[in-house]
Amino acid sequence: MDAAVQSKAKVDIKNLSFYYGAAKALKDISLPLLDRQVTAFIGPSGCGKSTLLRVLNRIYELYPRQRAEGEVILDGENILNSGVDINLLRSRVGMVFQKPTPFPMTIYDNIAFGIKLYERMPRSELDGRIESALQRAALWTEVKDKLRDSGLSLSGGQQQRLCIARTVATKPEIILLDEPCSALDPISTAKIEELIDELSAEYTIVIVTHNMQQASRASDYTAFMYLGELVEYGPTERIFTAPDNKRTEQYITGRFG
Amino acid sequence: MNRSLYAGRKIRNGIFLSLSVFAALFGLVWLALILGDLCYNGFGSINLKLFTEMTPPPAAEGGLANAIFGSVVMSAIAVVAGTPIGLLAGTYLAEYGRHSRLAFIVRFINDILLSAPSIVTGLFIYEFVVVAMGHFSGWAGAAALTVIVIPVVVRTTENMLLLVPNGLREAAAALGAPRSTVIRIVTWRAARAGIVTGVLLAIARISGETAPLLFTSLGNNFWSHDLNAPIASLPYVIFEYAMSADEGWHKLAWAGAFLITATVLTLSIVARVLESSKRS
Repeated sequence: MDAAVQSKAKVDIKNLSFYYGAAKALKDISLPLLDRQVTAFIGPSGCGKSTLLRVLNRIYELYPRQRAEGEVILDGENILNSGVDINLLRSRVGMVFQKPTPFPMTIYDNIAFGIKLYERMPRSELDGRIESALQRAALWTEVKDKLRDSGLSLSGGQQQRLCIARTVATKPEIILLDEPCSALDPISTAKIEELIDELSAEYTIVIVTHNMQQASRASDYTAFMYLGELVEYGPTERIFTAPDNKRTEQYITGRFG
Repeated sequence: MNRSLYAGRKIRNGIFLSLSVFAALFGLVWLALILGDLCYNGFGSINLKLFTEMTPPPAAEGGLANAIFGSVVMSAIAVVAGTPIGLLAGTYLAEYGRHSRLAFIVRFINDILLSAPSIVTGLFIYEFVVVAMGHFSGWAGAAALTVIVIPVVVRTTENMLLLVPNGLREAAAALGAPRSTVIRIVTWRAARAGIVTGVLLAIARISGETAPLLFTSLGNNFWSHDLNAPIASLPYVIFEYAMSADEGWHKLAWAGAFLITATVLTLSIVARVLESSKRS
């Protein structure tokens, strides 16, 4: 916890509100995401956890009639400003989705795709980057002899680790994980949680999860949300042992949600 | 359990099943008769001369070389010209426009074009190309076929792109890829088999079209590769020869019909194989 105390905010979310058309999905959210810490967003379905995550890389802008109000300060710059280059922003803020989304190409190309977007390098260096990304995602030993196979040929758990490798390979500063284990079996889940733990040494990580154990195991800080509002935020240990709010306590002990 | 209720349901199921099977067989019988008749009459007329000699005058020997050449050239030009336009328009509808007013209008007009009688397309090209040039020509025929190719490719491209899950687009965008890169490298690739199928179906569609060629490319009984002049085509020759009284011409018409059907059948099978390989 000492490191956590010293850590400064990588992202500062200030008075953030979000609208799907006329429906307000996030109400005046303010919280920090600390540098090189794992922050978990928990709460019942529809409370706005994923919505909040999707603001952080502005992926919501792929769809019409969705908009955010307020400030999201990343290293001193409000990323909601219209002048921000959205593609550069997304190269700094990586995202892994609930369902594994391998691209319809080889395992090698799946990872090379992201790297080649912003960097030019000789083939040998690219090979090295791809190997180290796969190693970080604990997938290298399973795929090293079939890098030319389709990414779609892997199992669900392997596909999800491929997606994590793909994100890590582009060297983002922040990694957003949107229920990354909800489609996976317990063994794959354990592997990915281990991975999150390792990655948190270098990256600022945000994870949305429905799994209380996962939040308590994998995160340093936890934000509990309910009906679009942030109910409570604090160090995971405290949220899970001595929450201030009655709702938080009821939710984490499984009495509602 | 109420036995009479169950027995009644069983009888109704039997009747319904028989009616369905009968309807399916009834439809298939005609198709089989058409194909059988075509093979019976057409296959016997297939020989090497068909591909080496020109369409003959009445009561003379000859082949379909000039017509085959004309059809292949005009269809090729139509596909080469129509595919990029259809592909890009379909991409606009599925990826960029989607809910916009312009996309709604384009989609509506495309649907009309898709089902427009092809003779109307022929008349349109006659007015704008043939009249302007002052004569019938291969270019005019190719233009008419292009107008038929475009809506087919637009429609299949849009449909196939809409089948690509949004999660894939989000995943590519989340890596920082600009929209055009997401489309070119990820969504096109995911929809590739379906898009190729659409192009093959468009080829199948135009290879039998006669109406749009009647007043555009007309026909030509001699070898000509001059696209500025009237050029022969298989459907046109079939139309002309089948209506005549000459026995030799009849045989050539059957042979031409057989060739077209075999080509379309092959393309359809290739399209199906591509589609199923995409699913697996």
